[in-house]
Amino acid sequence: MPNSKSAYSFSNKKEKFDTHIIVVWVDNEAGVLARVVGLFSGRGYNIESLAVAQVDEKLKISRITIVTTGTPQVVNQIKLQLRKLVPVHKVADFKREDKAVIFKEMALFKIVGSNNKLEGALKACKKYNPILLDKTKKSNVIQITALRREIDKMSKDLKKFGLVSVSRTGAVAMTRGADIFK
Amino acid sequence: MSKLYSGAEIVFKCMEDQNVDHIFGYPGGAVLPIYDELQNFKSIKHVLVRHEQGAGHAAEGYARSSGKPGVILVTSGPGATNVVTALTDAYMDSIPLVCISGQVPTHLIGTDAFQECDTTGITRPCTKHNWLVKDINDLASTIHKAFEVATTGRPGPVLVDIPKDIQFQKTKYNRPKKEKKLNGKSHNHFNQNSIDELIELMSKSSKPIFYTGGGVINSGPKASELLRELVYATGFPITSTLQGLGSFPGDDNQFLGMLGMHGTYEANNAMHDCDLMINIGARFDDRITGKIDEFSPKSKKVHIDIDPSSINKNVKVDLAIVGDVKTVLSSTLKSLKQKKSKFLKSNKQKTSKWWEKIQKWRSVRSLDYIGSEETIKPQYAIERLYELTKDKDSYITTEVGQHQMWAAQHYKFNKPNRWMTSGGLGTMGYGLPAAVGVQVAHPKKLVIDIAGEASVLMTIQEMSTAVQYNLPIKIFILNNQYMGMVRQWQELLHDKNYSESYTAALPDFVKLAEAYNCVGIRAKTPEELDDKIIEMLNTDRPVIFDCMVDKVENCFPMIPSGKPHNQMILGPKDQENKKITGKGKSLV
Repeated sequence: MPNSKSAYSFSNKKEKFDTHIIVVWVDNEAGVLARVVGLFSGRGYNIESLAVAQVDEKLKISRITIVTTGTPQVVNQIKLQLRKLVPVHKVADFKREDKAVIFKEMALFKIVGSNNKLEGALKACKKYNPILLDKTKKSNVIQITALRREIDKMSKDLKKFGLVSVSRTGAVAMTRGADIFK
Repeated sequence: MSKLYSGAEIVFKCMEDQNVDHIFGYPGGAVLPIYDELQNFKSIKHVLVRHEQGAGHAAEGYARSSGKPGVILVTSGPGATNVVTALTDAYMDSIPLVCISGQVPTHLIGTDAFQECDTTGITRPCTKHNWLVKDINDLASTIHKAFEVATTGRPGPVLVDIPKDIQFQKTKYNRPKKEKKLNGKSHNHFNQNSIDELIELMSKSSKPIFYTGGGVINSGPKASELLRELVYATGFPITSTLQGLGSFPGDDNQFLGMLGMHGTYEANNAMHDCDLMINIGARFDDRITGKIDEFSPKSKKVHIDIDPSSINKNVKVDLAIVGDVKTVLSSTLKSLKQKKSKFLKSNKQKTSKWWEKIQKWRSVRSLDYIGSEETIKPQYAIERLYELTKDKDSYITTEVGQHQMWAAQHYKFNKPNRWMTSGGLGTMGYGLPAAVGVQVAHPKKLVIDIAGEASVLMTIQEMSTAVQYNLPIKIFILNNQYMGMVRQWQELLHDKNYSESYTAALPDFVKLAEAYNCVGIRAKTPEELDDKIIEMLNTDRPVIFDCMVDKVENCFPMIPSGKPHNQMILGPKDQENKKITGKGKSLV
């Protein structure tokens, strides 16, 4: 640590970062996403990915799924700070390693190339529930659902088959079995 | 069919139902319909400020000294942006404010219309919540909700942005619903087990300390009463943060003075060496903790706070009790009386060594300074001000800087809600408008702004407000011609490079007072100081008191850059021995 001239103190502690998935139920009202995202940027928390949509039309509730990294203390703060927001109803949090929770991301790949390459690309995606959404003589649009790192890998691997464009969502999550998020 | 009211009328109907008696504001294009209605609501008095920041701080002073939410009315665009500093200040110090701002008509929003700005966007990070009302039918419920959010849980500022067309539209008015459901945002979530655990910790401890903060004040006067009862019932020493001053009598023997960066030697050392720290309504702020890794290494820590996000934010604690201070203290006292009725007696011996140690630290007399016959020492000025006003139940506000710390060190408070200072945000220019707000809330009381000459110039225009409403506030300026705290840091931390911290061409404050049509008094020597202060106190008009003090006095003791509590630097006598190397020195 440099010898500080500041009157603020610095901590030398290095703590481990964990990846957490935070699920937030909010009133679907104007500015609510800005409140949630602003809380993250304002307090220096990370957002690795974000997925948001209304899930209850009648009650106008949206569900926001945020993938974040931080020390246990920071993750705890994220939850507590989120719960203070007026339009927030409920906050759930779990570690990425948590076996009781499924989480998925979706990606769309556009492949341009010869028939051979198009077929090669589709084959390469086989493990990730590929769906052919669009097909022309020269191009394919393939949809897959997978984990983040799998999509990362595919985005690299498909280059050799003529991948020209990738579009992907943030992660969404759901508990396994009959339980729901509390 | 029930009567239809315009949006502007509804604003005032809501305020009536919320028992608002004063609002602080400044008119402009986008709030004129609301100003039109002002005359029809006689129970609500409007205080016209000279700058919207002044309205915000005045509302803060009003709120802090009265316990009621402060209400602000400003126009769109610059009106709203000018109030942002005050909203942020209130957010940091947990002060309930309701700000009503005008907005351009709904059909012009987003077109860069004249005096348009994204008010809810700008104020989102500095309010507990804010609303843009786009439907007249939501207006009343939104305003009532705004008052609820501002005043419940951990208090704070809120803002309601009302487009001009909504102010003209008409609808029915519904009174607020009585139910107090609070949307799950209020927190009294402790159980008897935690209270029992607290009492167990207290009875085991031989080196305990209470560390209390603004949460005690915010919980209401009853909380301060209960705190005193608990402190006397336990015989434990108590220290307070800047914001908590007044919740416990400043001249009581169990009180160790303020803690933190400019806290007393005994308070900081007791914090460092204690084996049980009971934090009541404070938040382990960085000005308090010093170096966080070495903060009170040997203690069990208890944290009582209404805001769950304050727990374990900066410092990990062993026992967290989430609840309103008043409720927690009353449960604790009840259990203490039931289970350990002879606590004080049995505890006295256990903590006697601890008290001896504290007395030793006390004997260092860390607030001492070297007096002078020729120049007024700023500490001396505060001491004299205190001595000459202590029987008057006075209300003190401050600006930010050295004068603020000297005031906190040398002015002793015996009651809550008497001390209004900008702690979290550290807003220079807070004190003068805050004094305006305090005087509005307490017309008959003595209200003094202990100020620095640099700070006070930031909002000096509010003298005009004080004169207009015959608010006899006293602006007591410790004038050293420097931004004193900046100068001190430059001296101690930046190799005496006094970059831009000297104010050349200061105004003549006595003439300035005359220009504002109030009274100017100047004191130049210690000899004449008392007479001049008495003259000020006998003046039933606003006064600017120009107290010419030592230009280069530093504020001590001090925890230097990134050091723990037990490495304070003391006053000049101490420094002669060791120079300031920034290393400080452990004296015990």
